[in-house]
Parts: sequence; C-alpha cells; structure tokens
Amino acid sequence: MLKGTQSKKRLVLFIAFGWALLILSNQVGDLKLYQGSFVATYALAITSIILLTGYSGQLSLGHSALMAVGAYAGALSIFNAGLNPIVSLIIAVLAAGTFGLILGVIAARLSGPYLAGTTLALAVSLPTLANQFSILGAEEGIVFDVGPAPARFGEDFSQYKWFFWISSLAALIMVWFIANLLSSRYGRTFKALRDNSIAAELSGINVGRVKVMAFALSSGVAGLSGALLVMLISGVSPSAFPLSLSFALLTGAVVTGLYNLKGVILGGLVLVAIPEIADSLVSRIGGSEGFTTTLPGFLVSALLILAVVFTPNGPGHLIKRKHHKQKVL
Amino acid sequence: MTQFITAVLTSLSSGAIYALMSIALVLVWRSTRVINFAQAGQAVLTTYIGYDLVQKTGSYWIALAGAVISGAIIGAVIDRFFMRPIFKRVKTGPIVMIAPVVATLGLLGIIQGLIGFKWGLTSQSIEAPVSTDGFKVMGTVIAFSRFNLLVLVFVSFAMLLLTLLFQRTNIGLALRASAYSPEIARLSGIKVDTVRTLGWAIAGASGGLAGMLYIPGYFLYPNAMDLLLVFGFVAAVIGGLESLFGAVAGAMILGFSINFATTYISGKLFFPTAFIVLVLVLLVKPAGLFGSKKSRGA
Amino acid sequence: MSLVVENLTIDHGAIRAISNVSFTVPQGELAAIIGANGAGKTTLLRTLSGLKESKSGSATWNGKSILGKRAEDLARSGIMHVSDGKSVIAELTVKENLALAGLWRKDKKDVAKATGEVVELFPILGQRMSQAAGSLSGGERQMLAIGRALIARPKLLLLDEPSLGLAPLIIEQIFQTIKSLVEKMDLTVLLVEQNAMGALKIADEGIVLNLGSVVAVDSAQTLLNDPAVRAAYLGF
Repeated sequence: MLKGTQSKKRLVLFIAFGWALLILSNQVGDLKLYQGSFVATYALAITSIILLTGYSGQLSLGHSALMAVGAYAGALSIFNAGLNPIVSLIIAVLAAGTFGLILGVIAARLSGPYLAGTTLALAVSLPTLANQFSILGAEEGIVFDVGPAPARFGEDFSQYKWFFWISSLAALIMVWFIANLLSSRYGRTFKALRDNSIAAELSGINVGRVKVMAFALSSGVAGLSGALLVMLISGVSPSAFPLSLSFALLTGAVVTGLYNLKGVILGGLVLVAIPEIADSLVSRIGGSEGFTTTLPGFLVSALLILAVVFTPNGPGHLIKRKHHKQKVL
Repeated sequence: MTQFITAVLTSLSSGAIYALMSIALVLVWRSTRVINFAQAGQAVLTTYIGYDLVQKTGSYWIALAGAVISGAIIGAVIDRFFMRPIFKRVKTGPIVMIAPVVATLGLLGIIQGLIGFKWGLTSQSIEAPVSTDGFKVMGTVIAFSRFNLLVLVFVSFAMLLLTLLFQRTNIGLALRASAYSPEIARLSGIKVDTVRTLGWAIAGASGGLAGMLYIPGYFLYPNAMDLLLVFGFVAAVIGGLESLFGAVAGAMILGFSINFATTYISGKLFFPTAFIVLVLVLLVKPAGLFGSKKSRGA
Repeated sequence: MSLVVENLTIDHGAIRAISNVSFTVPQGELAAIIGANGAGKTTLLRTLSGLKESKSGSATWNGKSILGKRAEDLARSGIMHVSDGKSVIAELTVKENLALAGLWRKDKKDVAKATGEVVELFPILGQRMSQAAGSLSGGERQMLAIGRALIARPKLLLLDEPSLGLAPLIIEQIFQTIKSLVEKMDLTVLLVEQNAMGALKIADEGIVLNLGSVVAVDSAQTLLNDPAVRAAYLGF
C-alpha cells in the first residue's frame, strides 16, 4: 500500500474513532467516563513505552519519573502561572521532552542493564525531589485543576465528561502523531537500531542521535500522560508516581504487544480493568483485607508472566514471525 | 570528629548490606545474563520464613540459618522451574532481550502477592539478637550499634567464604568457567545448567542473609526489600556487573556517598545521591567501574 | 568404534548449511574435512559435538547416536570438540583451563597423570601455568585447547581449524603433534581444515565439502593427487 494512502487511511481511522468516542461519551454515565479517561491516559503512557522499548530497544524503568516531570510542569503552569489548561498540557510535553532529551544523552551511552539501572534509580529518586522544594508542594503536592467545561457546552456537561474529552483528544492526537512517525522512515530507523545497532551504524545511522531522539519523544509522550493523570486525580504529589507505576505500564505494554501500537488501548483497558476484576473476585470469593489489596498487583504480575511466555512478541507476533524468518537472511 | 567516625561506620554497615544484594544480582547476571528483580521478593520471602521461625523458636540465629537455607532452595527452584523453561520458550524475536527481565519483574509481583495472601500486609518486626543502641564513644552516643557491628562481621565472613569458594574450589572454577564461556564449559564436560542453578542458589542465600540483617532495623512487609533491591542494583551497576569485587566496591562507594551526603549536606539527599553517583560513574565509565566492554549489554 | 554419519542435514537459520552428508571414520584413523569457507564444516562439527541441532539424518559413534544429546554429556562420553584458539577461557589461568576438562572426572589420579602428560607434550604450557590464558600467543592457546581436551582421555577428537591464524612453523608442529597423538593413543580424529594441504598430508582419508554437500570422499593420498582437488584446494 502506498505510503500516502496508508497515512490518509490512518487519519480517517483516527477521526472516525474520535467521533465515535464523542458520541459514546453522551451515552454513558460519569463512572464509565472517568474510567475511560484513565484508559486513554494509560494507553498514552504505554505508547511512550512502546516507542522507547519496543521500537528503539531501550529498556527504561523510569517512565513514572518522566510522567512526573510532565505532571509537575503542567501543574505549575496552571497553579503558579495561571495559564490555560490546554497550554499547560503542551508545556507538560515540552518540559518532559526536554528532560528526556538531556536524559537521553546520558542514556545513549548505556545499554541493557546499565540503562535499566539508571532509569530505575531515577524513578525512585525523582519524586522525592518534590519534598525538597516548597515550590513543588512537598508531600501534599500541587493542585491540578483544569476547570469546568466551557459554558457553551451546557449545564449538563459534567466534569467527568470534560475529563474524558480532554484526555481522549490529547491521547488521540499524540498517538496518531506517533503512529505516523513509527511508520515513516524514523520508525524503520528505530527498529534497525533495536535489532542490530552495529549493522545500523554501518549503514550510516547515527546511533547516538537516534537513541536520544527516541528518548526525547518518548518522554514527551510520557509527560503528557502524566499531566493527564494528575488532571484526573486533581492534583500532583510524589505519591502519584511510585515505582510500581513504571512496572504496571511495562506490563501493560508487554501484555498487549510491545512491538506495535495496535494494542495500546487494550493495554490501557487491562490496567483499568484489573482492579475492577480483582474487586469483583474478592466480593465473590471473599477474603481478608490483605487479599483485597494484594490481588490486583498479583493479577498484573501473573498476566505479565503469561504474556511473556505465551505471546512474547505480542499477539501480532504470528504474522510478524514470517517477516523475521526472511529477515534472517 | 565523632560525626566523621559515625559517618564512616554507618557507611560501612549500610554498604555491607547493599553488598549482599549486589553480589546476589551480579551472580545471577554473570551466570544467566538476567537482572533478577525477583531477588527483592525472594529476600523478603526468606525473611518472612525467618520471622515465622523466630515466632516458633524464639531464636534469631535459627531464623537466620533458616532464611539462608531457604533462600538457597528458593533460588535454585526459581532457576530450575521458572527461568529455564522461559529461556527455552522465548527464543526468537526482539523480546528475547528483555523477556527474562520482564519475567523476573512478574515473578517479583507474584511472590509479593503470595506473601500478602499468607502473612497479610500488617508490618511485622524482627528483633535484633544484640543491642541496637549506639556505642558510647568518648562520652557521646554514636549511631553505630552492636548490631551494626554484627552485620559487618557477618558480611565480611560471607565475602571471605564466597571468595574462597570461587577461587579455590572446583565448584568455584566450574561456576566461573560457566559464567565466562558456557560453551567452552559444556565442551569440557561441565553441566552448565546445574552449575547455573547453583549460582542462583548462592545468590538466593546471599539475599536471605541480607534480609535477616536488614529487617531488624526496619519493618517487615511485602515491599520491604524493594528499596534495597534498587540500591543493590545501582551498586552492582556502579561496580561493573563483572566481578564480586566490583559488586562489593560499588556497594561501598554507594554506601559512603549516601551516608556522607545525608550527614554533611542534607538528609533529603538520600535517593538523589544514588542517582547522581550512578550517572557520574557511568558517564566516565559506561560499563561501570570495573566492568569491561565485554560485559556491556545483554 | 567408528564415527558413522548418514544423510545428515543441518539448517543454520533459514540456510541449509549441510545437506545429506555421509561419511565414515574408522576407529584410530584421522579424517580431514576440507573445503572453502562457508562450506559448512564448522556447523557440521558443532552438531556432532552437541552444540547444535540437526534437521535430519543420523550420526553414530560406537553404534550409539550422538545427535540430540547435550554437549556436556557427549564430552563426558569421550567426544571432545576443540574449536580454534578461541577455545580457551582468556580470563582463567592456564592451570585452570586445563583443570576444566578434569573437573567432572572421578579418577583424580588419572587426571593428574594426564595433566602431566600434556605438560610433557607441550612444555611451554608448564612454564605458563599461572598466567592468564588470554596472554598466551595463538600457537600456545591452540596447544592449551588441545591439551585440555586430552586430559579428558577422549576417544573421538573433533578439531576445528587448529591452524587458523598461526604461523607456518607452529602449524607444522601442531599437525605433527596431532598425527602422533592418533598413532600413540589410538584416537579417532575428525579434522576440519582450510589448510587442505597440511591436513591431507597427515590424514588417512579426506572428505571434501562444498556448499554443504560432500563432493568427494577418498583416501587422503588419492585426494592429494587428484588434479581437480589440487586445482580447487591445494593451489596447484
């Protein structure tokens, strides 16, 4: 299929999907809208992981930190600078992207466990920085208030619907952008890097620069998802971005396929659904308080292992396997 | 002056515990090329077993032995029945590089989940066998206790044992050979798979010791060793992931940096220092202080 | 006890590296496999020593199949595979490298005796016992690799291009050593070599491999005199 028609098709698909979501949002209740917003946010975060790990082959455990950077940047721009919420989201992307750019320069020199270790240390230490500086709100954090929906949407337009619209739209735009990027020359370059960086270097790809770019892009996307996340919980604080968030997102990415974007919504759904499933399991089987709190994490981990064992390269793996066999030559 | 001495002593004792973790991680990395995140779960599980033993027998020492032994067994079981099948199954595609790591992450969650199911989430505690009050030096009480001294003694002893094992015994030679070149080891008739499981057992025992030496100062709950894992990992990376010596050196450097930073600059620098030291080291030596190009990457 | 290979086919990824290869090496004889680079010689050896799986066909030693077995098990049953000089572990000392082959053996006295014999055979190793194997020269490493294999008292020796990267004088020395080992120890040897001339000179029979298939099997002497072989592989 010609490149031109493919990207046109994609655009139409995304717009159609967006319309569908719009219509859907008028049919369902606030709870579903709220959950839907989380799905969109997580799907976006998973996209950033797929970009970085699935496509450019850099395993990072620090996405929670990148999300935090975006979240704080966004929160500060509303709270301290009084800027428009839409602008704050853009600032979140830029701030996180810039941070990712700097981080990427360090990361490009590292590989495998060294990169994992550095991003792990980052994920653990960055949130605690908020405690140092009072401008960052310390433990209690900063409020993130996008305000109510514009008056012209009418009185019945609930806050949750507004959340849903903002998060879905932001996610749609960003994912569309990344999808285009990944099917372009850049995406192929990323993949070349992941599969064999020596061969990539030999064919003229500036490995370091590409790695940094992937990192910066991924961080920008993560930053946006971080800002959206704190929008949903109405405030940012260090406890919103624990290490377990990085692990959960990685799980979501692996479970729904680390190597292409098709599964991101499913990944978001999985992450939102698991606590729900856990709740209903508990109410049926009954169990101690320890059981209730532990079950969601347990299910996520079990799912991760099953995914790695049974669909290690994502559900779309079976189709891709043919391509791989040919590529070996 | 006392502040300095205290800082040095506490650095030694926290460095010692980090060392136990980083040794465990380096051992598994060398033999299996995997960062075993589940180590945090294994170590806390063995500590819970130790906790049960303390409840039953009232003796810390029996609990310690139990934790170390169960650590070895659990480590061996995980390699034999979890890691080996995964390696067999996942052989193609880009996931090969990260599948084992991701699998250990999943295993960590499962172990912690199982702990939560069995023991619940309320924090427990294990009492130290000796005093945790600071020594009195020249009239002032320093932040270094008999228990800290015990930790140092135990860890030094463990290091000595491990060094003797690796350098002077046939099993140690087999372990080293299998880590350097599994293929040559196989061709020499060494059962590399069995040796690798042994490596996991030793790593598990090390984690078991780490848990019992760490928890008496803190509380015991399923996520109690997560932080120690992070520091152990950072220490291992700083040291270069190549040798036990590097693991210990990295742990000491980390311990000293963190303790001195928090003592002399600000108590809030506990986590950021780890990150800063790690980045500084890796900027100068991307393979870690004592690592070589060969050990970089998977 | 012979090595009997029948219709062996081996794939390397998507490439068929060896197709329908058959040959026999009688006990106590030295067979040389020659052929250009990429002919599949190394792949063949790695499959016989258990490092690689075959697609179809059979290979038996002493009547028992050696396919699909683990490398360490084959090594313990007397089949030793010596790669080129990379076959030593650079980070271990000479002494430790030699010790590897005897680690699993129960008869420690014999291991000591065998080690002594190896040192007699390659005195230079005795001088370098506590040096890291990585600091040895190419020829010394090859001797170390062969020496280590001998300590396991092998019955079948699979040698993969022992002359690779070595100076002519050393190559001569190594080939002579191999020849005398075969005679003295009743070893059966399968020698893979790019140095066709040197290999055929010491071999009893030769197998010519080209692009994964056997092109000729005959006594080494016949092959040495064969004009086609001479033209293709001996540079005449």
